[in-house]
Amino acid sequence: MIEKALSGSNRYWAWIIFLLAIMGVGGMFYVQQWNYGLGITGMSRDVSWGVYISQFTFLVGVAAGGLMLVLPYYLHNYKVFGRITILGEFMAIAAVSMCLMFIIADLGQPTRALNVLIHPTPHSMLFWDMIVLNGYLFLNVVGGWGVLHAQYKGLKYATWLKWIVYLSIPWAISIHTVTAFLYCGLPGRHFWLTAILAPRFLASAFAAGPALLLFIALIMKRTTKFDVGQEATSKLVTIIGYAALINFFFVACEMFVAYYSQIPGHMHTLDYLFWGLEGKDNLVPWMRFSVFGGAIGIALLFLARARKTEVGIMVACALIFVSLWIDKGLGLVLGGFVPSPLERVTEYYPSLPEIGITMGIWSAGFLILTILYKVAIEVKLEKEA
Amino acid sequence: MDAKRRDFLKMAGLSALAGLTAPAAVHMLVNKGPFQANAATAAPVGEAGEGGHEAAPATGVRLGMVIDIKKFGENQELARQCIEACHSIHNVPDYGNAKDEIKWIWTEDYEHAFTDQSQYKRNTTLHELPIMTLCNHCDNPPCVRACPTQATFKSKKTGAVLMDYHRCIGCRFCMAACPYGARSFNWRDPRGKDAKGQPFIKHLNADFPTRTRGVVEKCNFCAERLAVGKQPACVEACGDTGALVFGDLNDPSSPISKVLAENFTIQRNAALGTKPSLFYII
Ligand code: SF4
Ligand code: SF4
Repeated sequence: MIEKALSGSNRYWAWIIFLLAIMGVGGMFYVQQWNYGLGITGMSRDVSWGVYISQFTFLVGVAAGGLMLVLPYYLHNYKVFGRITILGEFMAIAAVSMCLMFIIADLGQPTRALNVLIHPTPHSMLFWDMIVLNGYLFLNVVGGWGVLHAQYKGLKYATWLKWIVYLSIPWAISIHTVTAFLYCGLPGRHFWLTAILAPRFLASAFAAGPALLLFIALIMKRTTKFDVGQEATSKLVTIIGYAALINFFFVACEMFVAYYSQIPGHMHTLDYLFWGLEGKDNLVPWMRFSVFGGAIGIALLFLARARKTEVGIMVACALIFVSLWIDKGLGLVLGGFVPSPLERVTEYYPSLPEIGITMGIWSAGFLILTILYKVAIEVKLEKEA
Repeated sequence: MDAKRRDFLKMAGLSALAGLTAPAAVHMLVNKGPFQANAATAAPVGEAGEGGHEAAPATGVRLGMVIDIKKFGENQELARQCIEACHSIHNVPDYGNAKDEIKWIWTEDYEHAFTDQSQYKRNTTLHELPIMTLCNHCDNPPCVRACPTQATFKSKKTGAVLMDYHRCIGCRFCMAACPYGARSFNWRDPRGKDAKGQPFIKHLNADFPTRTRGVVEKCNFCAERLAVGKQPACVEACGDTGALVFGDLNDPSSPISKVLAENFTIQRNAALGTKPSLFYII
């Protein structure tokens, strides 16, 4: 089946080479980091996690977002998603792979990573996160690939595969819940210490994942013969729109609690993110864009569906995706460190090598995604023809 | 004189107790081998992070420290001496910049050390005093709970929160978890030299291991000194000023218990439930 990825148009190869080139640059920067240490990044004593961990957190959401396709199709027998469920599962594979790469990039002693297994520590949320992430990767590789392979062979997939897929549904919830628990169980980090963090993570995941998927699907409609179909698009719009709305509702709840209670610890980080604290405000334009871009994106999404303009839907998906990326991929993790527990305001700027490594990992993820999607749509088109 | 001798004898007794942990401590600090190879004496792998919500059982040793802020105000040199003693003995590197900074013990102003206290109309003298800050050796330490490898653990013998630098993977979860900013990360090689060829560790102490880059470190309550019957370096640096009182909180007759019984003390951000073992006389 993998041979489908080995032949393609010039455009396909150009895209692959482009991704490989960025990965190469990222790899070179990683060698630098390997030799110098994490001091090569912009992280510091006060802001001890940076873009690596924030990308990781965001991508766990993208991975969990695949659930929104798998669940309707397998549990509710929603046939319209039959063609694209596999896209959700394959997106999960790519996203979890990126998560694991970001974790490794962030470790001070990557060669000791296996210590987490050698000394299992159930009271550490990171231990559980490792288990659920690797488990989710496994479930999607086996389930997604297995089901597609059966179709490739022209067979009905085995029953046990169905159970793998069923298991992946609650598992998707678990990966983002446990990832939220990394943060929301830490005393002294008021911004994270909120019971709504896991629900909020899930809401933003169920918007960001499908938004990226729909965006890519609509691009593929233009560049290949693969068409998601009108009805599936419309249903995805509903899912993305409502999930994004719920996410913003949760953000508003956080704002209310902080500013109505007037408890300083609850207000500080929000102050920093949206208005600036002690004259430090490097995230303010981003966070404001996140709110406005997200709101416009949601409105545009429903409007474009009503008008049946595909370009409109694509722009809306991109806006929502970027908005949620800022919200979680920047604000949530970085904001949690400002102010520090000693109420000092230290700002963080990613360094050039750090950005290079980050882009390299994203490219690696897109490479995995491209190859998997290439295989998936060729098999689908072949069997449907 | 007598009182001092008594103190010393108690300290010696305590040290003997701590000495029981010597094999574990030395093993941890010096050997590169895995910890549990020495299961009989190793510190509590697997039990770290227990302690829940109840008060600490008054059995066993729970090391603690009382910091008399006024004494540090009277003698402004004292704080610097403590820091110097600790950092030089423990091979703490000095990079000369805030981004890479590593510190085990340092001074804060009142406002930043006691963020949970009201700062409104505080007497001005208090604001000018240097507040010694270091790891609180919490009885319910969030850093231990967070660590995925038990590289950070609570010593069963002394209650101190210790680290195994050979096991730490450098995930920095413990840094996010510590509500007191007590932890530092080796962002670069501490054994290296700066652009001018000056080593980051000014005077190497061959009796204490240096760390590799990519691991977290913090105050260890001088486990290695207690193991050979010495006092913590900072306590020793304070001499007989009484600015720092160190000892077993679970022993009602220890000098530290007496000081705590007789003085009004506060802990940093006790509301978080971490149960700090450091107390401040304000
Ligand atoms: S002060 Fe921080 S590092 Fe020290 S024991 Fe408490 S939580 Fe851990
Ligand atoms: S950085 Fe090291 S000590 Fe800290 S949590 Fe990670 S493994 Fe444990």
